[in-house]
Amino acid sequence: MMNRLRENEHITGYVFSAPFVLGFLIFTLYPILSSLYYSFTNYNLMEAPSWLGLGNYERMFTEDDKIGKSFQVTFTYVFASVPLRLIFALFVAMILNTATKAVGLYRSAFYLPSLIGGSVAVAIMWQQIFGDQGLVNSALSLFGIESSTSWIGNPSTALWTLIALSVWQFGSSMIIFLAGLKNIPKDYYEAASVDGANAVHRFFKITLPLLSPIILFNLTLQTISAFLTFTPAYIISRGEGGPLDQTLLYSLYLYRKAFSHFEMGYASALAWVMLVIVGVLTLLIFRSSTRWVHYESKGD
Amino acid sequence: MTKSGRILYHTLVGLFALCMTYPILWLAASSLKPNHEIFTTAYSLIPNKLEFSNYATGWKGFAGTTFGTFFKNSFIIVIISTIGAVVSSALVAFGLARTRFFGQKFWFACMMITMMLPHDVVIVPQYVMFANFGWISTFKPLIVPHFFGVPFFIFLIMQFIRTIPRELDEAARIDGCSKYGIFIRVVVPLIVPALITCSIFSFYWRWDDFINPLIYLNQPEKYPVSLALKLFLDGESLNNWGGMFAMATLSLLPVVIVFFIFQKYIVEGISTTGLKG
Repeated sequence: MMNRLRENEHITGYVFSAPFVLGFLIFTLYPILSSLYYSFTNYNLMEAPSWLGLGNYERMFTEDDKIGKSFQVTFTYVFASVPLRLIFALFVAMILNTATKAVGLYRSAFYLPSLIGGSVAVAIMWQQIFGDQGLVNSALSLFGIESSTSWIGNPSTALWTLIALSVWQFGSSMIIFLAGLKNIPKDYYEAASVDGANAVHRFFKITLPLLSPIILFNLTLQTISAFLTFTPAYIISRGEGGPLDQTLLYSLYLYRKAFSHFEMGYASALAWVMLVIVGVLTLLIFRSSTRWVHYESKGD
Repeated sequence: MTKSGRILYHTLVGLFALCMTYPILWLAASSLKPNHEIFTTAYSLIPNKLEFSNYATGWKGFAGTTFGTFFKNSFIIVIISTIGAVVSSALVAFGLARTRFFGQKFWFACMMITMMLPHDVVIVPQYVMFANFGWISTFKPLIVPHFFGVPFFIFLIMQFIRTIPRELDEAARIDGCSKYGIFIRVVVPLIVPALITCSIFSFYWRWDDFINPLIYLNQPEKYPVSLALKLFLDGESLNNWGGMFAMATLSLLPVVIVFFIFQKYIVEGISTTGLKG
């Protein structure tokens, strides 16, 4: 009887999980394996893939002169936008944490950009704001600073407009930090104040350590998603990654190789290199976290 | 805080909030300005005269396909894939959280890995696969995969199911309920808030999705709004700034409306799971 019940539960379990199991095999596992295979081939969709061995990977590091630029641009983007966004989010969350009734209103206002920020509409808006006659130049002229160059068209500022767009969307991290701040007991701060700790001490000795697990979580997810940024770079540079490849984020480069040049084998190799980089970065963040993430259960 | 302190606080935070929302207000204001005025008084939010004609010229769309079609396409894709995503994710979440079966831990691990997996890795082979199915230039590649459970949603619903006491399942079982009965009668009514949160996020992500329509759809009459907006930046439609701003504003409207109706669920969803909104 017991056995029959258990056996039934195996079946029931698979019935419920069937969508994911099937979906995983068809839309994740099989594509990953074929992507690995394609990465060792020359494949243009028209003819069957032809085996190249490590040819694509060799080409990446010897012949491809754009990939270095793409790496440089992507790393600058990730390492500038993610920390700035998190610092901003934490700063604003701490300011709002002291507020009384209006907090809901402010929270909505700061969350709005991150709600709509990934859309094509906002990318188009950003392109116009930083254009030669856009909002930014127009606002600068009010302060007597005349600037008629497009921030998007200028190679030295183009990437920074994308970084600004990313930092502008600090709202979702801010909401997570706000929830974390609410969980810190007030008496910790009171006790510290009694002991003579000033605001700076309280921030570094109480707030930061107690928020560190949330910071770790945010840092990891945001680093991964920053690496995969595509839409704004595509829209702002009209699919080209210009000027002078300054907005050629890695995802955009991969897309161009796959769907403009139809080099599916090479694009797959690019994808695998990205997977390794994202994996290593995630690992590094987690490794380093033992030094700076504080878990309350461990005591003190 | 003292009274003057409070006034200072609200002035500064309010000003900052205004700065952060200014670009969005600017977009909406520009959609109501005549074409020649948009860039001559770019800093200003107030049009000299309200110009609703931008909405009419923008709505006309491109080569005979109006924004009516684009909005209809978006709604078809978003609604069907959201229903699929939420229903299938709820089933899987219950399976992984409340039944014991061979390989359960393994599939849970697969789900967590899929959640972290960069989408770029599967984009090429999925394209090849869907091309072999004959799905290019149809909505299928944008809809069908969502009927197989979305890891983020499975995870979120699992977290929610774990807060339901197992005694409820037991009681229902003693009353003669099967696992299926427990799922429908006991669990589903209790996880409605989680299902709403998932529906909202699915709505946002599908509505904003750009790269998938860009890859799979090549006839403008099949375009969703996100892809149609891109056409304003191409060739001959260039310079219809007013129309572009008007349609961009309109495309954000469903998202903003959903936000103000379901704010509570969104804030809770983000704070409990760290979902990116």
